[in-house]
Amino acid sequence: MYANKFGRFMLGLYSRKTATACGGLQSTAGRSGFSWTAVCKQRTLWLQRSACLNTRKNTVPCHVRARSASQTTVDPDEVRRFQSLASKWWDEQGEFAALHAMNDLRVPFIRDNLLNVHRVRHPGKPLRGLRILDVGCGGGLLTEPLGRLGANVLGIDPVGDSIGTAQLHSSIDPDLCERVCYRASTLEELAAEEDEAEEEQGAGQFDAVVASEVVEHLADLETFAFCCNQVLKLGGSLFITTINKTNVSYALGIVVAEQLLRIVPSGTHDWDKFISPVELERLLESNGFSVQSVQGMLYNPVSGAWSWTDSTAINYALHAVKVRDDPHTEQAGGSSPHPEDHHAAATHG
Amino acid sequence: VAALLLNRDAEHGDDSGKNDVYDVIISGGGMVGSAMACSLGMDPNLEGRKILLLEAGNKKVMDKVPENYSIRVSSISPGSATILSGIGAWEHITKMRCKPYKKMQVWDACSDALITFDKENLQDEMAYIVENDIIVAALTKQLDSLSDNVQVKYRSKVVKYAWPLPHQAADAIPWVKVTLASGETVQTKLLIGADGPNSMVRRELGIPTVKWNYDQSAVVAVLHLSEPTENNVAWQRFLPTGPIAMLPLSDTESSLVWSTSHRLAEELLELDEESFVDAINSAFVSLALTIKTAGSLFRGALSVIMPSAGSPRQLPPSVAGIGPKTRVMFPLGIGHASEYIRHRVALVGDAAHRVHPLAGQGANLGFGDVACLTQLVSQAAFDGKDLGAMQHLLQYETERQRHNLPMMAAIDLMKRLYSTNAAPAVLLRTFGLQATNMLPALKEQIVAFASK
Repeated sequence: MYANKFGRFMLGLYSRKTATACGGLQSTAGRSGFSWTAVCKQRTLWLQRSACLNTRKNTVPCHVRARSASQTTVDPDEVRRFQSLASKWWDEQGEFAALHAMNDLRVPFIRDNLLNVHRVRHPGKPLRGLRILDVGCGGGLLTEPLGRLGANVLGIDPVGDSIGTAQLHSSIDPDLCERVCYRASTLEELAAEEDEAEEEQGAGQFDAVVASEVVEHLADLETFAFCCNQVLKLGGSLFITTINKTNVSYALGIVVAEQLLRIVPSGTHDWDKFISPVELERLLESNGFSVQSVQGMLYNPVSGAWSWTDSTAINYALHAVKVRDDPHTEQAGGSSPHPEDHHAAATHG
Repeated sequence: VAALLLNRDAEHGDDSGKNDVYDVIISGGGMVGSAMACSLGMDPNLEGRKILLLEAGNKKVMDKVPENYSIRVSSISPGSATILSGIGAWEHITKMRCKPYKKMQVWDACSDALITFDKENLQDEMAYIVENDIIVAALTKQLDSLSDNVQVKYRSKVVKYAWPLPHQAADAIPWVKVTLASGETVQTKLLIGADGPNSMVRRELGIPTVKWNYDQSAVVAVLHLSEPTENNVAWQRFLPTGPIAMLPLSDTESSLVWSTSHRLAEELLELDEESFVDAINSAFVSLALTIKTAGSLFRGALSVIMPSAGSPRQLPPSVAGIGPKTRVMFPLGIGHASEYIRHRVALVGDAAHRVHPLAGQGANLGFGDVACLTQLVSQAAFDGKDLGAMQHLLQYETERQRHNLPMMAAIDLMKRLYSTNAAPAVLLRTFGLQATNMLPALKEQIVAFASK
């Protein structure tokens, strides 16, 4: 157990390397964090969107088409490779050990920020009554702790096998299977469904959206931010953990992790897709969010543990709150209240 | 027909696996097991969880405190008293019966070396002598008030444990499965083994245990003192055959714990009451057997260096008789499990560590385990973690082994050091004891460590 952690840091000693050597774009533990399901997610998202556009109602495709600006290539090999690793999710000492370890930071981060917003206290089940969406949930590593804390969580991921693994793992626990459910879906599909429901109910459905180790693989962040806004209630929270775009993250996340130590196979991450907190903040704020806090995270490969740090140079976590409905929604919807009213409502909520 | 249909529906709806998965099962309802159950049941982060305590014996209810003292007692340190008070049991204990003592005198029979421990000015209590039955009864009473969270099954002996695999495999049970003598099976996410020095949980897990039997047995009895006295001192004298201790129970009664060789212990049990009483009295007051002069030499030398330190020698109260039918012996040994935890399992109390009673620490180590494990499990629950996950269980093991091992080593060392009357050992311990007696700072450290 302990030997594994140490061995992981040593060049060429960790056995998982042989498993991933044949793969190409699989990512694993290491400073860069884990996010290959998001690669797959975004790419299949585009594939499915182009296939499903015809079946959608009128209002949604207009928004989608207006924002779908980037190109993509869906690589079936990648999808297959990710599916082959789907059973490895819950091996706490295996490929995904760093993600398991990251729960020590991200679960308290989500929990405490939600508790700040929602004042009701339920001892034993602090997040009771809240609906949370886990985007790119993979095997459910983050979904399950949130479910244990009392929230109703929906985990979505485009990789069907990961969803299968997640469902199997949570079905055994009688405590969880009532509150946690999974769906093989993309955020856009879900947003489309939510949009239909929205017209009847008049509000987004989720109290919080969690996108952990996802955005650094998305080609189109605008759509992502827009969809998050769509599915969230007013005053709802968005939690993102991702990697910064700095020289340090290039040096450590790409050069050291991928090329020198080969903790992560070469080519897993594209430094151009990293996004700095400032840019992410700007993007979110133009999509109806107000960023509440940003915190740096640091991974120690020797101890295998994450810790909070002042510097957001490599990994960071971000909490934003939806303060108004997206302007595009308002334009299409027609009769929507003035944005300032929304803002006032948000500060009260 | 309607009734049959209803029954069938009920059975179909009653998913037998799901209903019997507990969050925590504690195996063993002694002092430490019951304390663990209370502690978890009262924790706010574990509210709404299903906790089960399995005890093979009967429920120990004590509506009225029995007139006679029971012979098994424990020395409860202030730290343990705080833990017990945190789980609401200390209140019951003080209402029933307990005896605080303020001073402890320990001395050597082979020389005149002596050490006394006391809190300054005899204000605070050093520790409490409480009968084991009273502790268990107080905890049982507290458990009754926690019946929403904590379920207790008495007369439930465990016959089999089935362990989970660390990774999820198809068709494998992910939980610990416990089979009772009644044939009932229950499952749990975390099993806590509090089943004593011959722990079945530890044995079934195959955890290697370092253990050996001391060639000693302890004779315990309740003593009636010759005359009432302000009985607030604990006495212990190291004879070459083993330490004899007199622990205060009330102004007129004390508890005897005499650790000695098996043969002598059997002889003591066979003596008639008068001879037994004489043996006890002479054990405490007999003249130093071997090296008197060395002792006084050391004392002289040390008093030159530190003239003000040192304490007056007192004699323990003399014994007149013993309580009716209260003379028992039990063998002594030491044991330490090399691992306290496995996936979904943790050991607490004597199941993890067993010590010689000469330092009165056995129960205290167990309560310390309870406090530590509760705090870690509570934090894990608040972080949404699986209660049986290794991460926080490893933390428990590290923290407690770091605390328990030095204590156990010290106790074992003391036992060995004082088991001989060979001159070098006697000289060494005489000097050590007297020097320690003259260093109040060192004594404070010792008391602080033992009080945790």
